[in-house]
Amino acid sequence: MTTLSSSKEATPGSVLYEDKIAPACHWSLRMRKGTTLKLIDDEGGANVGMLFYNPENMLEKYNAPDTLKGQHTFKLTKGNCLYSDMGRVFCSIVEDTVGWHETVCGNATKEIVKDKWGEKNYQEHHNGWNQNGHNSFLVELAKYGLGKKDMAANLNLFSAVGVDDEGNLQYLENNSQAGDSIELRFEMDTLVLLHTCPHPLSTAEEYPRKPVTYQIIQAEEVSDDDYCMNFCDENGRALKNNEIYHLGGCCHD
Amino acid sequence: MIKESSLVKENANFSEVVPAGDYFIKVIKKGQTFRILDLEGNQAADTLFYNAEEPTERYSAVDTIREQGNVYLSTGSKLISNENNVMLEIVADTCGRHDTIGGACATESNTVRYAHEKKCMHACRDSWMLAIAENEQYGMTKRDITHNINFFMNVPVTKEGGLTFEDGLSAPGKYVELQAHMDTIVLISNCPQLNNPCNAYNPTPVEILIWD
Repeated sequence: MTTLSSSKEATPGSVLYEDKIAPACHWSLRMRKGTTLKLIDDEGGANVGMLFYNPENMLEKYNAPDTLKGQHTFKLTKGNCLYSDMGRVFCSIVEDTVGWHETVCGNATKEIVKDKWGEKNYQEHHNGWNQNGHNSFLVELAKYGLGKKDMAANLNLFSAVGVDDEGNLQYLENNSQAGDSIELRFEMDTLVLLHTCPHPLSTAEEYPRKPVTYQIIQAEEVSDDDYCMNFCDENGRALKNNEIYHLGGCCHD
Repeated sequence: MIKESSLVKENANFSEVVPAGDYFIKVIKKGQTFRILDLEGNQAADTLFYNAEEPTERYSAVDTIREQGNVYLSTGSKLISNENNVMLEIVADTCGRHDTIGGACATESNTVRYAHEKKCMHACRDSWMLAIAENEQYGMTKRDITHNINFFMNVPVTKEGGLTFEDGLSAPGKYVELQAHMDTIVLISNCPQLNNPCNAYNPTPVEILIWD
């Protein structure tokens, strides 16, 4: 079921829209500055692959290295901002009950899915097919005239991968529980691509089919004592770049 | 893993010194070996690779990290493309660890990392932009500029999920050597960064050597 509220009645915190993304699916949407995207892991163990682009200039996209090194972090959680390659913030993680989301492992491909869980094609399995994150992004990218070249290192929300002292990756099982959620407050208009396909390092015995609920929420005004803005000096300077970008006329106020 | 090369500098087919702030772009043929030599120590060589036949196939940091199950690059690391093919392999390394998480400096990200007043200072991405503008034969645009390797950079990741830029493990004369598994365009920005203590605020030249 989807729900839709009139934005004219929106007060901060009100849910403007709610819907679900079924397992092994992909979708895209344009988020407006001043709205929050809340993603809820309905059953536990979800993975949401995600990429961001600036709809005014699709060459500006989510940049994982700048996001990590700018905030001196390998994991992403509440307080972190998700940077573009142009020194701006697409969105801020304003709430997070999970604690660790990763952005360095990319997507499962058709071959990875086949090796791990076997092939389930559409002809035979219809909506129960074993879709993969890589192809999911290619489909969503192509809708906007984008392609392979525009693919970047993506977020894998709800999934965590740590390292040991030698740098070896360790996929953290049971990272996200049923009902866990993350809230992304958008600081500029953003094209969001997402999929609900399994993480490439998932250790599940069966291909995991995990739905997510998403809500579009009217965000609170960003105050001077905003948690994300003050999380580190870098976030303050990046959000200043957003402010400069929006000078002289924004947009949906 | 530290491993010295048996190749002799005098026998190289090609050598070129690349000053800090300049770029290097060249096709390395399948089977050739090339070395990046850190002449004065703790320099960062920000490097991208493309399939010379079909440049939409390119080095992918995330696919490389995932497939080798480790965030650091050193001897034995296979550099994987976005098509999950091996492009090159690190066959010798006297430094021991190279970064592929931290990305490159850009004028815009310098405003975030350092100060808005630094915005017009030279940066790796500007070198890459000039490289693709001056070398139209490769048909590359900003869409081709992606997440790179920082040879000689030391960016440790902690168990708790932290990430720091440490002083380099490199020193004058340290090098890394790669063998190409396909004809590969090598695009290097020899990092001009003046704001990061990891190079002692002093960017220095690197030398590129190629053997058949």
